[in-house]
Amino acid sequence: MISKKWLQVAGVAVAIPFALTACGGGSEGGSEGGDDASEGGSEVSGSIQIDGSSTVGPLSEVAAELFMEQYPDVQVSVAMSGTGGGFEKFCNGETDMNDASREIKDEEATACEGNDIAFEQVQVANDALGIIVNPENPIDCISIDQANQIWNEGSTVATWGEVDGLESGDLASEDLTLYGPGTDSGTFDYFTEAVNGEEGVIRTDYTDIGEDDQAAIVGVEGDPGAMAYVPYSYFTEAGDSVKALQIDGGDGCVEPTLENVQNGSYSPLGRGLFVYASDLALQEQVAVEFMNFYIDNSGEITELAGFVPLTEDQMADATAKIESLTS
Amino acid sequence: MVIDKGKQPQRSRLAVAGARAATDSIFTTSSKSDRVANVLFRALLLLGMGFALLGLAAIIIWSLVEGAPRLGPELIFEGPSSIRPESAGYRTAILGTLWVIGGVVLFIVPVGVGAAIYLEEYADNTRWWNRLIEVNIQNLAAVPSIVFGILGLAFIVRGPLSLGFVAAAGSFTLSLLVLPTVILASREAIKAVPNSTRLGSLGLGASQWQTIWHHVLPGALPGILTGLILSVSRAIGEAAPLLLVGAVTFVTFDPSFFESQYSVLPVQIYNYAGRPQEEFRVLAAAGVILMLAVLLTMNSFAIWLRNHYENKNKR
Repeated sequence: MISKKWLQVAGVAVAIPFALTACGGGSEGGSEGGDDASEGGSEVSGSIQIDGSSTVGPLSEVAAELFMEQYPDVQVSVAMSGTGGGFEKFCNGETDMNDASREIKDEEATACEGNDIAFEQVQVANDALGIIVNPENPIDCISIDQANQIWNEGSTVATWGEVDGLESGDLASEDLTLYGPGTDSGTFDYFTEAVNGEEGVIRTDYTDIGEDDQAAIVGVEGDPGAMAYVPYSYFTEAGDSVKALQIDGGDGCVEPTLENVQNGSYSPLGRGLFVYASDLALQEQVAVEFMNFYIDNSGEITELAGFVPLTEDQMADATAKIESLTS
Repeated sequence: MVIDKGKQPQRSRLAVAGARAATDSIFTTSSKSDRVANVLFRALLLLGMGFALLGLAAIIIWSLVEGAPRLGPELIFEGPSSIRPESAGYRTAILGTLWVIGGVVLFIVPVGVGAAIYLEEYADNTRWWNRLIEVNIQNLAAVPSIVFGILGLAFIVRGPLSLGFVAAAGSFTLSLLVLPTVILASREAIKAVPNSTRLGSLGLGASQWQTIWHHVLPGALPGILTGLILSVSRAIGEAAPLLLVGAVTFVTFDPSFFESQYSVLPVQIYNYAGRPQEEFRVLAAAGVILMLAVLLTMNSFAIWLRNHYENKNKR
């Protein structure tokens, strides 16, 4: 008598996902009905798997979404396990492309070679790391030397007053609270290299926010003595709730604006964001189309995701690289 | 063969009444300090419960307030979107969660209950290997979930099974994670079935298998279902191990069990909560409410099932 009941239960449990898939499929068809951009693109189909940096991830999502609007038969999925975590899968041949907020490391490149995976680095956007502080903080500009004093390995700077040459006023005796991303983050690698001279070198007593950059914004917003470094999209979206400092890389204070990032004067915290594509993936036409789409629509994609678009030169360079991998 | 507890003989009813009266008389003549302690103890207990409820209430109220503008059918029927966060939803993530959890249920019910039956009804407790198995199951229940994620990545996604980053891999990983809980709960439930039931059935000539299938399991079912409810609730909320075995954050197509990439609700919510744009954080809050709703729906089905069997057993 029990077996009948169990069959019913199992039947219901199996039926639910199927039923929802059916419903979902129906609504999907409806939403695509009015899409006229799909004309002529129907011959491109296939799937692309992207993993990597959580900074570049939202950008790839926007690119993927716009791309799939144009080619409805294509399936692009985007994961974010960090630049390093992504390369691990990329060089294992498990993903087609890897989002990266820094260049590939030697040991990662070796791993790729070991598995016979050739790749090309394609720049898809510009980004700037902003050093952010609480709006109540009187400081407007910080030099790389001063940032280094605060963030370097073994630094014992505990209050704002201890930093040489910073006019911190009322804040001089305030405790310095530091937020930074985790070691799997390309943002971490880039910042430590630019500020402390060597990748991965940093003091250890800061609050590790992992891959969640928004946590740094929340932390700095609520603490007058706090300081953090975050990608461009985070401090521009945060508006007045945090203050992004001007950076003095040796040639005076430079604001982290779109123009300064594009023309390279926001140095050394301006950086490129990359997508690594494998030669294997680019044998498929869909991947080539996607990469070209990514570059050609750089303006729209970066604006929607909150990044700094590519310059004309960078676009030409990227297109050439894609061609070199496909020929 | 369930023993009827409702009809006690006259003699035992008198004995119970006498015992109750004796106990009552002790407590009613308690001193003042005893009464104060009594009140204090109750206050402490209430405080404990208050703390437990406070956390839950804070999450629910915060998500309701934050996510209120996005609560609606769109949340269920629309896929994720990075371009239009104001109309994006969780369709693919809900489907992913249903696939993963559906797989977990189908896997842990036969395996978990089977293991429990073996350990309770067949295994000889005097043998050292059976005792070793028992201790190991209890230890496994305390292993951090991320460890199961690494295990899943090494043996299910890659390695011997090589399923790849698909929902089935997530399902198996979570199954391994909650299996110890299911086994422990099922064992307790089976243990609670009175031995006289077994003896009666065996005495009438039923085989051991018939005894278990027709008498022990129906009696233990409510308890087993309770264990299942707890395990499935835990599995639904897991994000860490699934991140390792390939739950991605952006899937616009409906996932399948063995083939495509998938996402699940907690991973999607985690991802949206960390975005710089305010719209995504509202979406994340609405997602929390949605996840609670999915959890409640699945659990109320299991609870209905449990009550159904409980009532049946009483009859």
